[in-house]
Amino acid sequence: MTQASQTSQPTPPARQPQTNKLGLTLADYKGSPSTLCDGCGHDAITSQIIKAFWELSIEPHQVVKLSGIGCSSKTPAYFLSRSHGFNSVHGRMPSIATGAHMANQKLTLLGVSGDGDTASIGLGQFGHLIRRNVPVVYIIENNGVYGLTKGQFSATADRGSKLKDGTVNELTAIDLCGLAIELGCGFVARSFAGDPRQLVTLLKAAVSHRGTAVLDVISPCVTFNNHAGSTKSYKTAKEIDTPLHGLDYIPFYEQITVDYEEGTVRDVQLHDGSVLQLKKIDRDYDPTDRFAADRAIHQSHRDGTLLTGLLYIDKELRDFSSVQNMVDEPLSSLQQKDLRPPKESMDKIMQALM
Amino acid sequence: MKTLAANSTEKTGKKEQIVNDFQIHVATVNGSGSQSSNTVLMRAIFQMGIPVSGKNLFPSNIMGLPTWFTIRVNKDGYVARTPKVHVLVAMNPQTAVEDVKELSPGAVCVSPVELNLDKIRDDVKHYQIPFSELANQATENIKLRKLLTNIIYVGVLGHLLDVEQEEIEIAIARQFEGKEKAIDLNVNAARIGRQWARENLDKDDPYKLSRMDKTKGKIIIDGNGAAAIGCMFAGVSFVAWYPITPSSSLCEQLIDYMEEFRLDEDGKRTYAVVQAEDELAAVGMALGAGWAGARSMTSTSGPGISLMSEFTGYGYFAEIPTVIFDVQRVGPSTGLPTRTSQGDLISTYFLSHGDTKHPILLPASVEECYEFSVQAFDMAERLQTPVFVLTDLDLAMNNWMADPFEYPKEPFDRGKVLNAEDLERLGGFARYKDVDGDGIPYRTLPGTNHPKAAYFTRGSGHNENAAYTEKAEDYVNLMDRLKRKWETAQKLIPVGIADMNKDAKIGIIAFGSTHWAVLECRDQLSARGIPTSYFRIRALPFTHRVKDFVDAHDHVYVVEQNRDGQMLDLIRMEFPMLATKLHSVRHYSGIPIDAQFITDHIAEQEN
Repeated sequence: MTQASQTSQPTPPARQPQTNKLGLTLADYKGSPSTLCDGCGHDAITSQIIKAFWELSIEPHQVVKLSGIGCSSKTPAYFLSRSHGFNSVHGRMPSIATGAHMANQKLTLLGVSGDGDTASIGLGQFGHLIRRNVPVVYIIENNGVYGLTKGQFSATADRGSKLKDGTVNELTAIDLCGLAIELGCGFVARSFAGDPRQLVTLLKAAVSHRGTAVLDVISPCVTFNNHAGSTKSYKTAKEIDTPLHGLDYIPFYEQITVDYEEGTVRDVQLHDGSVLQLKKIDRDYDPTDRFAADRAIHQSHRDGTLLTGLLYIDKELRDFSSVQNMVDEPLSSLQQKDLRPPKESMDKIMQALM
Repeated sequence: MKTLAANSTEKTGKKEQIVNDFQIHVATVNGSGSQSSNTVLMRAIFQMGIPVSGKNLFPSNIMGLPTWFTIRVNKDGYVARTPKVHVLVAMNPQTAVEDVKELSPGAVCVSPVELNLDKIRDDVKHYQIPFSELANQATENIKLRKLLTNIIYVGVLGHLLDVEQEEIEIAIARQFEGKEKAIDLNVNAARIGRQWARENLDKDDPYKLSRMDKTKGKIIIDGNGAAAIGCMFAGVSFVAWYPITPSSSLCEQLIDYMEEFRLDEDGKRTYAVVQAEDELAAVGMALGAGWAGARSMTSTSGPGISLMSEFTGYGYFAEIPTVIFDVQRVGPSTGLPTRTSQGDLISTYFLSHGDTKHPILLPASVEECYEFSVQAFDMAERLQTPVFVLTDLDLAMNNWMADPFEYPKEPFDRGKVLNAEDLERLGGFARYKDVDGDGIPYRTLPGTNHPKAAYFTRGSGHNENAAYTEKAEDYVNLMDRLKRKWETAQKLIPVGIADMNKDAKIGIIAFGSTHWAVLECRDQLSARGIPTSYFRIRALPFTHRVKDFVDAHDHVYVVEQNRDGQMLDLIRMEFPMLATKLHSVRHYSGIPIDAQFITDHIAEQEN
């Protein structure tokens, strides 16, 4: 494996904490201590979010963290304490994100949701967020159960999966990646909390995308869904995890330095100029082919595998604010002189009503 | 052609002329294009300087169901609905028989000859018109005949009631502005109707118009249009909405106005509008945008208000500014979607679970729809909370005369927002701390470039620093501060208006569009020897003025348009000591309240 994305990290001075291009340390991207269960998959994702944003040298004050309701939705308190946060109501984070984006399109929006929050009450808003292509990195911390209400099945629980008390799920699981592709999402990826390297790479790529980026991360619930018979336990997920490709992320400010044998690597150019390198494992996978993505997802259901990696990308889609013919300056910074038409406008309107 | 204006002059009798004081009732089928003809008729009368008001009673349907348009002409300027119809234009065969049966003896009925309405009643004055033949004269285009029939009745009425032809033609030109062909066709059809009437009808009824000078300089507008103008001049920068009658035309008119008046020099919008997937999302977007620093709003009606309940509680608890319009219609549930009501008062005041309450502005006129809309945005940002503007279908969708709106005098109040320099000077801030003693904390906007700018917004328990807490003390402190903020709100709302009559033993309290019927009813009561004082509530929360008013009278009638007397209940809840002095007048048929209804009710109690 190449370490292309690591090669240009500044060498830390002795005993000084390492800083990024902004001079900030990893600690500057942390939040309050987590109150989730020890070993929760969500905490592993939180660590990779912190790492990704730090390594990408993103200004924390330009980030907004958003979430709905549930264990996953608590996590924005555990990272990026220098960013504004919005822990909203159940399943309706997308509408808050849409409003915040329209008020200030320069903000980077990071949404964290869960399978309960997204695949049930939130399914409608999830769909319309995608349809509008609001630029949000939308992470689903997917464990197949409602954790905060103590272990009921969620709508992403696989058919045949068992609860702790032996109850078997007889209903079809909603595949949020398949659905996102169907709805026209421009960035769809799946990962596993137990594969931090893949996860952090996909997170960085999602941040570099302009538009809704859906990242469905299997994130085992150690308390309610980590037993034998569960299809979303650490053990099972690890066994069935089937990466589509090896991944490397090369930020826009770095050169690609490693040469690969022809036909073994596919470079995916991202919106901000960064590159995601997809390295062939068993087969060549083209993530710009929507039909192939759909087929691969359906095949994985048939095979009982957990297909991870970048499933689909279309970076040509225009995001929501850019199709509105809005002024370039954020609406949130417009003042009275910009917002209140002059008296002549009122006179003209009144004249027309006389 | 035979004159069919027939029958029963002996029964209608020779009466004195009734000038500029009657009501025209046009019964048509919706989707038939009668709306533009009715607007032309109303405007022509308005242009003659005669006070006029127009109300559209329409079905929840696109085409083929009965619709009535009422034009009240009143020299004294009364604009409330009145149940009496003096001139009926019975164009709808489905309802014609019922429509004629409801007329008072001596009323006028203009109808298509083939309906034979003179067989139904012979104690009204019939003018029977061969509309099909006249429409054939007006156009060879079969599709246009139906549309032009409507303007032909305007021509007929023009002759019968003395509507000046020149004013009709000016109104037509205005209605079809930019469409020369349509103007020509309509003018010609109106002339055909007028000429036929002149040659064939013997005027034999008392109703007549005569030029006055009471509308000079006035505008005609509906409440939704007035609110839209208010929102635009308030500097709204983000609108999220979901279509629902009777609120849709607020956002639609706002979009039209902003497309013309809110573009920068490069033609780019200084605003964004999102048609949301539902009201759950519409209010979420409005809160997200308000939180991020836009001046945001949404507009809906009762069913949408129900859906916005959870997020409204969030906005109250997490302290986020936004403006929510509720254009009330008849509930519960789908109810009567195209009829008017004041039935959302209590549910909106306390919208959401837990201890919540919200400032509500209650405009009574189109002027106030405009003014309160401007004010609502300042209040929302000052108080950092959702602010409601409650109108109703009658006010919002019907046509009202008004003085031209005044350009806003006050600058924007953007409330307590700290920028990076403030934070540097202060060394940080506590999001939910009551620094100034008015219950209103300071906030920062996302994107503020300072390491101490960020805070975490949540609907769960939070302390002064916006950190999660379940401590009893923190929760009580927070709720008590929100109550202090409520007291501050009392100082910001538009105060009620009292019209005291020193001879009056009784008072009337009303709000919103009920106002117009109350004005007229007070004159009626006064003529019956019952002088009254009047207090109009213009916003919630209440102030002591309500109590002072009730204290000053033996008893007080609270007049409103809902079944349960919701305003009376709220007054009683706030001032329990007043309970025995309060009486209720409630009108809840979905049809706008009229003066006679109130007068009869009060007179019965007082005699």
